[in-house]
Amino acid sequence: MKSFKCDWLILPLLGALIVILGWHVLAGKKVVTKDAEGNVASEERKGAIPALPNVVETWESSKPYIVEPFAKRGELDQGILRFTWLSLVLVAKGYLIALVIGTPLGFMIGLSKFFTKMTDPIIQVLRPVSPLAWLPLGMVLFLDAGRNASELAALFTIAVCSMWPTVLNTAVGVRAIPQDYLNVAKVLKLSRFKTLTKVMIPATLPYMFTGFRLSLGIAWLVIVAAEMLTGRPGVGGFLWQQYNALIYEQIILCILTIGIVGFILDRLMSVVERRFKTA
Amino acid sequence: MSDYVELSNLTKTYPTPKGPAVIVKDFNLRIKKGEFVTLIGHSGCGKSTVLSMLAGLNEITDGGIILAGKELAGPGPDRGIVFQSPCLLPWMTAFENVMLGVEQVFFTASKEERRQIVEYYLTVVGLGDAMHKKPAELSQGMRQRVGIARAFALKPKMLLLDEPFGMLDSLTRYELQQVLIELWRKNKITALMVTHDVDEALFLSDRVICMTDGPEAEVGDILEVNFPRPRERKAVMEHPDYYKFREHLIEFLEIHAHKKHAKPAAPTAVPPGPPPSPVSPSKLSTLDSDQIGKPLKSETAPV
Repeated sequence: MKSFKCDWLILPLLGALIVILGWHVLAGKKVVTKDAEGNVASEERKGAIPALPNVVETWESSKPYIVEPFAKRGELDQGILRFTWLSLVLVAKGYLIALVIGTPLGFMIGLSKFFTKMTDPIIQVLRPVSPLAWLPLGMVLFLDAGRNASELAALFTIAVCSMWPTVLNTAVGVRAIPQDYLNVAKVLKLSRFKTLTKVMIPATLPYMFTGFRLSLGIAWLVIVAAEMLTGRPGVGGFLWQQYNALIYEQIILCILTIGIVGFILDRLMSVVERRFKTA
Repeated sequence: MSDYVELSNLTKTYPTPKGPAVIVKDFNLRIKKGEFVTLIGHSGCGKSTVLSMLAGLNEITDGGIILAGKELAGPGPDRGIVFQSPCLLPWMTAFENVMLGVEQVFFTASKEERRQIVEYYLTVVGLGDAMHKKPAELSQGMRQRVGIARAFALKPKMLLLDEPFGMLDSLTRYELQQVLIELWRKNKITALMVTHDVDEALFLSDRVICMTDGPEAEVGDILEVNFPRPRERKAVMEHPDYYKFREHLIEFLEIHAHKKHAKPAAPTAVPPGPPPSPVSPSKLSTLDSDQIGKPLKSETAPV
C-alpha cells in the first residue's frame, strides 16, 4: 500500500476507532420503559452482549477516577494513577529482586558449561509455571510474616516469574563475547575482577538489556494476578474488586490502564536498550 | 649477537576423529635481539599458528619457546601484539584502550606518568587529535594505529604482528608501514611479523622466513634482507637487490602454490635462488590483488 502524509498517526487512530465502534455495537445498552405517568416501569439491558458496558457507560462510570487521578477516597477507591503508582512500586521492587538474582545467575550459567548442564532442566521446568501457581506458594513461604505476608508473596511471585529472560539473555550474552576481546584481556594479564568489569560486563550489556526489557514486561503482567489474589490496592486489585462489586465499566478502565502502562514501560526500556546496542 | 628468541622443534597438532592433524611440525627459529623477522607463506600454512603460540594464545603441543632466557608459559604483556583486526574494546576510547594495558604494565608509575605514556604513543602514531574518540568513530586505519600504539606503549620485550595491515587499503597500508618502521627503529624491539604481502615483508624485515605449506609446515627458505636502515620506501624499491629478492620470494610461493593444487605431479624443477625470467602472467594470479598493477618489470630489475 502507498504511504501518505501523516499515515503514522491517521492509520493507528483509524484502527482504534474501528475497535471502539465494534465494542460499542456489541455492547449492551440500558433500555428504560416508562408507563403513562412517566414513571420507570422496567429497566433492562439489551444488545449482543448485554452485560458488556458500552463506550458511553464506561466513560461516565470511569470519569471520577480519571478526572481526579490522585484522589484517595478509600483503600480500594482511589484515582487510577494512584493505583497505577502503587502497582508500579510493587513491580519495581519485585523486578529489582529479579535483576539482582537473575543477572549474576545468568553470568554463571554463561561462564560454566558445568553450571549450564546443572541448571538447564530446572530453568526449563520452572519457566513456564504461571504466576497464579507461584502465588499460593509465596503465601505459604511467608506465612509467618504477618502483615507483610501478602506483599512478600507478591514480590516473590514477580521475581520468580520475571527472572528468566534476564537469566537466559545474560547467559547467551556471556557466551557470545568475542574471543578477540577475551584475548586482549589474556594478553594484558588482566585480573579476574578487571576482566569482568572492563571486558565481560560491557560486552554482555546489550544482551543483558534485552533480558531486562523482557523481564519488565513479564513483571508487569504478573502484577495483576498478584494483586487479585492478595487483595492489595493497585490496578489489579481494583479490577478484581470492581468485578466482585459488579461494576463492569471499571474493569475496562483497568485493562486499558494496564495496557498503556505496559506499553510505555516497554518503550522506555527499548530506548535504554538501543543506547547500549550502539555502544 | 646472541639469540634472544628461540623456537625449538615447535609442533602443533589438533586432535581429529581421524587421528591428530599436524599443522606445524618441528619448527625451529632463532631471532636476535632487535631483529625484525617476517614469516611469509600461503594462507593456512600455519604461520599464524606459530605466532599465536608465541603469543601464548595457542597451546604448544610439543617443543618450546625461550624469550630472553626464559621459557614461555602462557600469554603476557611482555609481548605486544598487533592483531589483524585491531581488537579494540568498542566501549572504550582510543585513550582508554591503550591505558588498559599501560595500567597493567606500569602499575608502579603515577597516574600522570601513565597518562603521558599513553598520550605520547597515541601522538606518535598520529592520533593526537582523536585519542578520546571511540573505535566506532575512527576509520579502519586509525583503529589499527591505536592497536600499534597499544603494543608499543607496553614496552614489550617482543612485538608480534599478525598480518597487521591485511585489512587496510594499500595507501593506508603504506602509511602505517612507515609509522611502524619508525616506531620500531626508535624502540629497537625484537619483532616477528606474519604476512603474505611480499613487498611488506621486504620493506620491514631483516630476515624473511618462507614457510612451506601446511599440514606439517616448517621453515622452507630464509632470505636475509640487508637494505640499509633507516629505510625509506623509495630507496628500498630502487635498491638493486629489491627485485631479485622479490622474485625469489614470489618464486617460492609460486612453487608451493603449484604443489598444493597439483599434488601428485612433481613440481616443475625451478631452481631456488633468483630466477632470471620475468614474471609470467600466471604468477600474478598467486599474488595479492593489490600487487597487480604495480611495476613488476622495471629498468632496475636485475637480469
